[in-house]
Amino acid sequence: MRKLLIWLPLVLFLAFVGLFATGLFKPDDRVIHSRLVGQPLPAFTLPAAASDRPALASAQFVTGKPRLLNIFASWCVPCAAEAPQLMALKQAGVEIDAIAIRDARPDVDGFLQRYGNPYARIGLDARSAVQMALGSSGVPETFVIDGKGRIAYQHIGDIRADDVPMILDRLKDAQ
Amino acid sequence: MIAEIGLAALWFAAALALLQLVLAFAGLKGGKPELLGAVRPAAVTQGILTAIAFAALITLFMRSDMSVLLVATNSHSMKPWLYKFAGTWGNHEGSMLLWVTVMGVAGAAVALFERALKRDAHMATLGGQAAISLGFYAFLLFSSNPFARIAQPPADGQGLNPLLQDPGLAFHPPTLYLGYVGLSVAFSFAIGALLTRQVDAAFARAMRPWVLAAWVLLTLGITAGSYWAYYELGWGGWWFWDPVENASLMPWLAATALLHSVTVLATRDALRAWTIMLAVVAFSMSMVGTFLVRSGILTSVHAFAVDPQRGSFILALLALYIGGALALFGWRIGSVREGAPFELVSRETMLVVNNLLLTVILGLVLIGTLYPLMTEAFGHKVSVGAPYFDRIAGPIALALMVAMAAGPLTRWRKDKAGVVGKRLLVPLAIAFVVSISLSLFAWGRIGILPFLGLVIAVAVGVASLAPLWKRKLLRTPLFTYGMVVAHLGCAVSLAGMACDSAFTVEKLVAARPGDMIQTAGWSIRFRQITPIAGDNWTALQADMDAGRGGSSVVIRPQSRFFASPPTTTSEAALLTRWDGQLYVVLGEEVEGGRWQLRIWWKPFVTLIWLGGIMIALGGALALVGRERRGWVMKWRPHNHNMTTEGVEA
Amino acid sequence: MKLILALLCALLAVPAAAQTALPPAPWADRQIPDAAQERKAKALMETIRCLTCQSQSIADSGASMAGDMRSQIRERIMAGEQPESIRSWLIARYGDWVSYEPTAAPILWPLWAAPVLLLGLGLLLLRGRIKRRTRA
Repeated sequence: MRKLLIWLPLVLFLAFVGLFATGLFKPDDRVIHSRLVGQPLPAFTLPAAASDRPALASAQFVTGKPRLLNIFASWCVPCAAEAPQLMALKQAGVEIDAIAIRDARPDVDGFLQRYGNPYARIGLDARSAVQMALGSSGVPETFVIDGKGRIAYQHIGDIRADDVPMILDRLKDAQ
Repeated sequence: MIAEIGLAALWFAAALALLQLVLAFAGLKGGKPELLGAVRPAAVTQGILTAIAFAALITLFMRSDMSVLLVATNSHSMKPWLYKFAGTWGNHEGSMLLWVTVMGVAGAAVALFERALKRDAHMATLGGQAAISLGFYAFLLFSSNPFARIAQPPADGQGLNPLLQDPGLAFHPPTLYLGYVGLSVAFSFAIGALLTRQVDAAFARAMRPWVLAAWVLLTLGITAGSYWAYYELGWGGWWFWDPVENASLMPWLAATALLHSVTVLATRDALRAWTIMLAVVAFSMSMVGTFLVRSGILTSVHAFAVDPQRGSFILALLALYIGGALALFGWRIGSVREGAPFELVSRETMLVVNNLLLTVILGLVLIGTLYPLMTEAFGHKVSVGAPYFDRIAGPIALALMVAMAAGPLTRWRKDKAGVVGKRLLVPLAIAFVVSISLSLFAWGRIGILPFLGLVIAVAVGVASLAPLWKRKLLRTPLFTYGMVVAHLGCAVSLAGMACDSAFTVEKLVAARPGDMIQTAGWSIRFRQITPIAGDNWTALQADMDAGRGGSSVVIRPQSRFFASPPTTTSEAALLTRWDGQLYVVLGEEVEGGRWQLRIWWKPFVTLIWLGGIMIALGGALALVGRERRGWVMKWRPHNHNMTTEGVEA
Repeated sequence: MKLILALLCALLAVPAAAQTALPPAPWADRQIPDAAQERKAKALMETIRCLTCQSQSIADSGASMAGDMRSQIRERIMAGEQPESIRSWLIARYGDWVSYEPTAAPILWPLWAAPVLLLGLGLLLLRGRIKRRTRA
C-alpha cells in the first residue's frame, strides 16, 4: 500500500505529461461547431436586408434542392474577402441565400454593390437572434442546407478559393 | 556592446551552473570532498552573473536600443520610463531571463546565508539548484535569447500593448516571479535531503525561512494581481478562475500546505515524506503554471501561444525535473521513517487536516483547469469555470477556515476535545449571534456560501486573536504574532469576499450629461463629457460628482483610445470609503446623446486585498521572528530550539 | 494575467467590432426592473461563455454578439422562461462548451466525482496518521 502511494505521484505526473504533449501537438482548434448539423433548420422569418432582394424565411429552404445559407455582415472584413468565392459558387449554379448580422439596409446595399451580389434572398438579423438559433458563432459562416430543409454542413470562417470544390461536394452529398 | 555583455554573462552563468553541479556531485559521490569548497563560490558568482545579464537587458530597454530584436518588438522610445523599465519583463524572453535571474540569485543566497543545514545536505541542495538552473539557461540560450540583434534596426520600436501600460504591471509580475521561483529553493532542499537521506527536524528548520520568504512574495503577487485585474478590467470582479490565474494559485496552495507541514516536521519530527513531497509539488506547480501560460495550450486565445518548439522545450524540462524528483522520491523515501502517529486531538492533527484540505483544493483546481484539455483529447469541448470552482472549492475552503480557527487553540502532542471546545466558546457564541442577525437582516437576499462565509469570517477573526489571550503581549514571540496576523488576514479577506458577493449593488444606466443617478445611498451627478489627451492615448472623460448625503467628490471615469494597436480601454473611477468602494465605468455612447454607465457599490470589498496584505505581513513577521530567534540561539547554544517550539500557543 | 487575455480578445475583435454600426440590443446593458428577475438573468449570464472572446463570460464581454446574447437572455427571463431552460437551449446549439458551469453530461461525471474521491483518499491517508484509541 505504502509502496503504491510512493509511486502514485510519478504515475499521475507522467499521465499529465502525456496530456500536455497531446495538447501541445494537436492542431489548434478553437472554432465552436453548431450542434444542429444533421437537424432541421430552426424556424425563422426575417425582413429583407437589401433593397433589391426579397426577405428570407426558413420554410423557403424546403425546395427539394440543396442550397447554401451564408451568414455575413457588411462590417466584416473576411466577408468581403470571401465574396469572389461565393460569386464562383453562384456561377457554378449554386443557389445562395444569406443572413446579414447586425446590419442596416444602406450598408448592405453598399457592400453588395462593391463586392458583388451572389444571393437570391437576404434576411436581416439585427440582434443576432437567428444566428444564435442556428448555433453560429461568428461571421462569416456558410451552412449547406439539403432539399428537406436540414442542415447538412457548417463551414466556419471565410470560404477560400481551395474550399470551393469541397463546398460543391458537400452540396452534391446533400442531394 | 551591452547586449553582448549580457549574453556573455548568461553563458558564463550557465557554464558555472554546470561546474557547480559537477563539483557537488564529484565532491559528494566521487570521493573528492576537497572539491566541495568551490561549490559555494560558484553559486555566488552565478548569481552575480545573472544579475549582470538582467541589468544589461534593463539598460537596453531604458536606452531604447532598437538594434536588439526584443527591444524593437516590445518597446518604443516615446514610452514613459516606467514602462520601458517594466517592458523588460513584459515579454516572453525577458520574463524567462527574470526567471533564471531569480533562480541564480536565490542560489547565491542559499550559498551565502544558509547556516543551519549540514554540509553534505547544503552541497547537495546547491547541486540541485544548479541542475534546475541549467535547464532554464539552456531554454533561454537556445530558444529564447533575449539579446539577439537585428541586422537592420528599425527607426523605432513597435511599442508595448497599451493595456499593459499600467503601474500595477510594473511590479506585479516580478513579485509573483520571486515567489514562483523562490520555491525552487525548497525543491532543491528536498532533492538534497533525499540524496543525503537527511530528512529531520533540523532540515525542516533550515528550509522554513526560504519557504516563508517565497510564500510571502507569492501572496503579495497574487493579491496585487487580483487588485490589478479588478480595477483595470472594469468588470468589477476580483478573481475569475481563469487558467492563468489558477496557474498562480496552485503554487500558493502547495506552498501554504508546505509552510504548515514543515512546522510539524520542525516541531515533532513527523510528516517527513509528506513534507518532501509538498516541497517537490510546490515548485513543480510553478513550473507547470509557467508551462500552461507560456505554451498557450489552455488559454483559448491562441495568439498568446509561443511557437510549439518553445512549448516542447518547457515540457521536456518539466518531464525531466518533476519526473526526476518524483522518481528520486519513490526510490529514496522508502528508507525515511515516518514519525509516530498523532493523537486525534492535537495540533499535529489539525495541521494535517489543514494540509489535507489545502491539497484537495489544489487537486481540484488542477483537475478543473486541465479537464477541458482532457475531454478535448476525446473530441468533446467543455468549459470549467467559476461556477464549478466556487461551488466545489468554496465549501472546502470554509471547512479549512474552521480548522484554522481551532488549530492554534489546540496543544501539540495531546489535548482534550472539551478543552478546545471551551477555548472556542466565545467565537462560537459570536458565530451564533452573527448568523441570527444576518438571518433577520438579509434572509433570502444572500446565497448560502456568502452567508456561511460572513459567519465564519467573523468567528474565525475572533478565534485567530485567541492565541494572544491572557499572554504577556510583550513577551509573546514575534512568530506567534505572525501566525495571528496571517490568520486574521484570512478572516478579513474572507469577510471582504462574502460582503462583495452578498451585498454588491450593480446599476446599469444610459445617462445624459446633467442627469442625477441614485444608487445604494449614493447620488451621482453626471456633469459632462470632455475629451482629453494623454501620452500615447486620447480619452473621453466623464466628470461626475458623487456624494452620500453631505459633500460630494469629483470622480472621472475614462474611456481611452489607443491608436496603435487600435484598442479601447476603460479606466474605471474608484472611490474608496471605509465601508466599501464605489466603482464607475464609462461605456459607449448610445443613441440620444446618452452614455452607458456601469456603477457598482461594493461594501467592504477592499477587505479582500487588505486581508491579502495582512497574510503576507504575518508571513514576514514569522520570518523575522524565526530568524531573530535563530541569531539569539547562536549566542545561547545550550538553549535548544525544540523546547521553545513545544510551548508555542 | 486575465488582462492579457482580455487584451488579445480585444485585438482579435477589433476588425469586426469596430465597424458594427448598430447600437447595442435594447436589453444588452439595461437591467430588468424586477430585481429578482435581473438577479436570475445576471447569474445565468455570468456562466455563459462568450463566443467571440472565448475567455470571458458574456456578462463581462464587450463583444457585440455577447451584448445580443445578454439582451436575448433578459428578454426571455422577462417572458417567464427559466434560466436552466435557456442554458439547455444554448447547449443544444453550441455544446457543453458554452456553459462555464459544467453540465451533468457523462463525460463530466469524473469532474463532479473528483472532490469526493480526493477527500476520501485524503481521509484514508489521515487515518494512518492518527493513533488508534484503545481506551477512552
